[in-house]
Amino acid sequence: MLLDEKYDPDTGIRTQSMMLNMGPSHPAMHGVIRIILELDGETVVNSDVEIGYLHRAFEKEAETVRWNQVFPYTDRLNYVSPVINNVAYALAVEKLLGIDVPERAKYIRVIMSEISRIFDHLTCLGPMAMEMGAMTVFLYCMKAREWLQELIEDVTGARLTVSYLRVGGLKSDLPEGFEEKALDALRRAEEVIDEINRLLTRNRIFYDRTKHVGVISQEEAISYGFTGPLLRATGIEYDVRKAHPYLVYDRMEFEVPSGANGDTYDRWLVRIEEMRQSIRIIRQAIDQMPEGPTHIKDAPELVPGWLMVDKAKAGETEDVARLKVEADPTLDGSQKDFAPYIKADDRRVVLPPKEETYGNIEGLMNHFMLIMHGHGIRPPLGETYMAVESPNGELGFYIVSDGTDRAYRVRVRPPCFYLMQALPRLIQGHMVADVIPIFGSINMIAGEQDR
Amino acid sequence: MALDILIVFLKAVFIVLTVLTFGAILTWVERKQSAVMQDRIGANRAQILGLRMIGLFHILSDAIKMFTKEEFTPERADKFIHMLAPMLSLFFALVTFTAIPFGNVLRLGGKEINLQVAGLNASVLFVFAIVSLGVYGVVLGGWASENNYSFLGGLRASAQMISYEVTIGVAIIGALLIYNTLDLQEMVRYQGHMYLGWIPRWGIVLQPLGFLLFLVAGIAETKRVPFDLPEGESEIVGYWVEYSSMRWGMYMFTDFIEMVLLAAMTTTLFLGGWQIPWLAADGFHFPWGMAIGLPHVVVALLQVGAFFLKVVFLLWFQMLIRWTLPRVRYDQLMRIGWRYLLPLSLANVVVTAAVLLLIG
Repeated sequence: MLLDEKYDPDTGIRTQSMMLNMGPSHPAMHGVIRIILELDGETVVNSDVEIGYLHRAFEKEAETVRWNQVFPYTDRLNYVSPVINNVAYALAVEKLLGIDVPERAKYIRVIMSEISRIFDHLTCLGPMAMEMGAMTVFLYCMKAREWLQELIEDVTGARLTVSYLRVGGLKSDLPEGFEEKALDALRRAEEVIDEINRLLTRNRIFYDRTKHVGVISQEEAISYGFTGPLLRATGIEYDVRKAHPYLVYDRMEFEVPSGANGDTYDRWLVRIEEMRQSIRIIRQAIDQMPEGPTHIKDAPELVPGWLMVDKAKAGETEDVARLKVEADPTLDGSQKDFAPYIKADDRRVVLPPKEETYGNIEGLMNHFMLIMHGHGIRPPLGETYMAVESPNGELGFYIVSDGTDRAYRVRVRPPCFYLMQALPRLIQGHMVADVIPIFGSINMIAGEQDR
Repeated sequence: MALDILIVFLKAVFIVLTVLTFGAILTWVERKQSAVMQDRIGANRAQILGLRMIGLFHILSDAIKMFTKEEFTPERADKFIHMLAPMLSLFFALVTFTAIPFGNVLRLGGKEINLQVAGLNASVLFVFAIVSLGVYGVVLGGWASENNYSFLGGLRASAQMISYEVTIGVAIIGALLIYNTLDLQEMVRYQGHMYLGWIPRWGIVLQPLGFLLFLVAGIAETKRVPFDLPEGESEIVGYWVEYSSMRWGMYMFTDFIEMVLLAAMTTTLFLGGWQIPWLAADGFHFPWGMAIGLPHVVVALLQVGAFFLKVVFLLWFQMLIRWTLPRVRYDQLMRIGWRYLLPLSLANVVVTAAVLLLIG
């Protein structure tokens, strides 16, 4: 980057603008991005954004593994709300296969997506406040985030890389007592959201720091390909959940908050309101969700896996259905009772329950066809695009299938990438100190941006 | 003569140790108070033989850590100034305390000891002169590091200090007009009187606006949130970005000592210094006629205690502000300083002077 040089012949003073290299090792750059700033005093004259520090070839990896094996990779796209990435990918593959999942699974997907959305927004707003010096707000956010994280952990067994979805369903049903626990956690989280709102939204310093900072007009936002809270902050009410409803969002009552000025302050307000709307959606979903067994009926006898196999081999298959394998509860299919409620009734994609695999030849063959090398899920030849509303905007998966057990091409439309394009435009003319809240309000997640 | 020198020496040692202790404890308070405010537990791991003392040993472990770390100097830095700058900062912060009265005159065996290290007759000017010099430590440190971030920090620091020193200086002129002295000890004595027997004649009562302006500008002088622009840890990482070990520790310590200084100056100028309402030299005289006679030494100790209690209250208040508010921006800081605080403090001077003239 060439620096601006000026020469004043009257005074004989030669001035040059200063280059400031911000990141990747800078406290606000999260170690995954580099912004080269050209400064005149403290004002940003010019900037160059360098991305790609977290490039892990997701799209290529997704071509080399089988359809269900992509889920762990999608966890690492937007690692703050992995369930939503799972949902987006699963919906895309299911669209390709033309299968539908049970109602309960749809509701669980919605509930987990919305919990992730609140989680993601808290992770955006907290650090944004912290980077402006309001450390307390950050820790309040982290406190509320932890309650939601516990919910995610209860359901999925993991805190961050959840891999909760499968093509055609979910890994497992909700644990016992989830509804009460979720409602309680949401009530407390709502209080914290109100508290954050009271602490900062009407705070004069915060208002001055964010109002009219990083403004972008509606036309420009669209031309950059903005989606999500940043687009809505400009006043355009585009939300994939409303515009192209998926899962059961069309049955939910919620509003799409939008701002007016497209500045950092409006993005803050939009995100706060979105969290409230998400809580509303979760409450409705828990209300409407069809019943499913949340505990094992008739207390089956627990036997080790080898015993069940031995019995099946010896032909004693009549009582196999009554047995339950002592297996890691996170193992696929180990909780056979749950499967009918959370997995599609489609033998092309869903593994049979374990007692069928061990107990009869059809089950065994079915299992074999899905697991063994050279077989597996085989969507028909074709291509599809499926987008969901991720916390940052429209997260889309464009998938091409050549009819084999692996994708021919997987292309992700990461919302951050389009937002980051506009960063040099957003920070131009502002001060160094403004770079931080503007960057914070974009909520760049390097995982999905760099893929 | 030798006795006098010894007394001054003892007073100096007392005040330096007290201030250093305050600074050290503040490092712990900073962590613990923020933890309480943020629903956390806070520092509690450091222990000696299983004794944890709610984290107080962290002061010790921090000190050991900072003294044993490598003192890193960047290759292109000016080695001498880089070494000198934090020392300057700390030195000027400590020296100011010589002029602050922490108690009334103590009479011991016929000897009158003024509880103030240096009884200057213009001590308030001395304090501000030295505080102004303190900015050199920051500016030189930022400059000598040869780093664009610390350079920006140093620039911010110099601009901020100069702007807010003007306000600080003007904000106390109103108080000076009323006290009619430049001697801090005399000012405190003036504040011992009570109006109507109930309202203490403290600076905060006489000069409420002056008090607020002084406090705001003073917090800006200490370079802490919401005015921590020279540091601005998430923006420019601060003027001390190239410092490590105890050199960095000195800067950190300077911040805390400046907090103590601000608290002590505010106490002296506006909160009656070591004065306790109704406590005269021979004991309490309450307006409802009750009187409690107290020996001279007890009165002196009570007054010293009152001074430090007020200081502790103000330190707590500063911590509360630091962990509640976000940081202002550079241009906003300048605007607040020049466009709001300075005109207000000038108006305060004019009004005070006019009222004094009318009263006569």
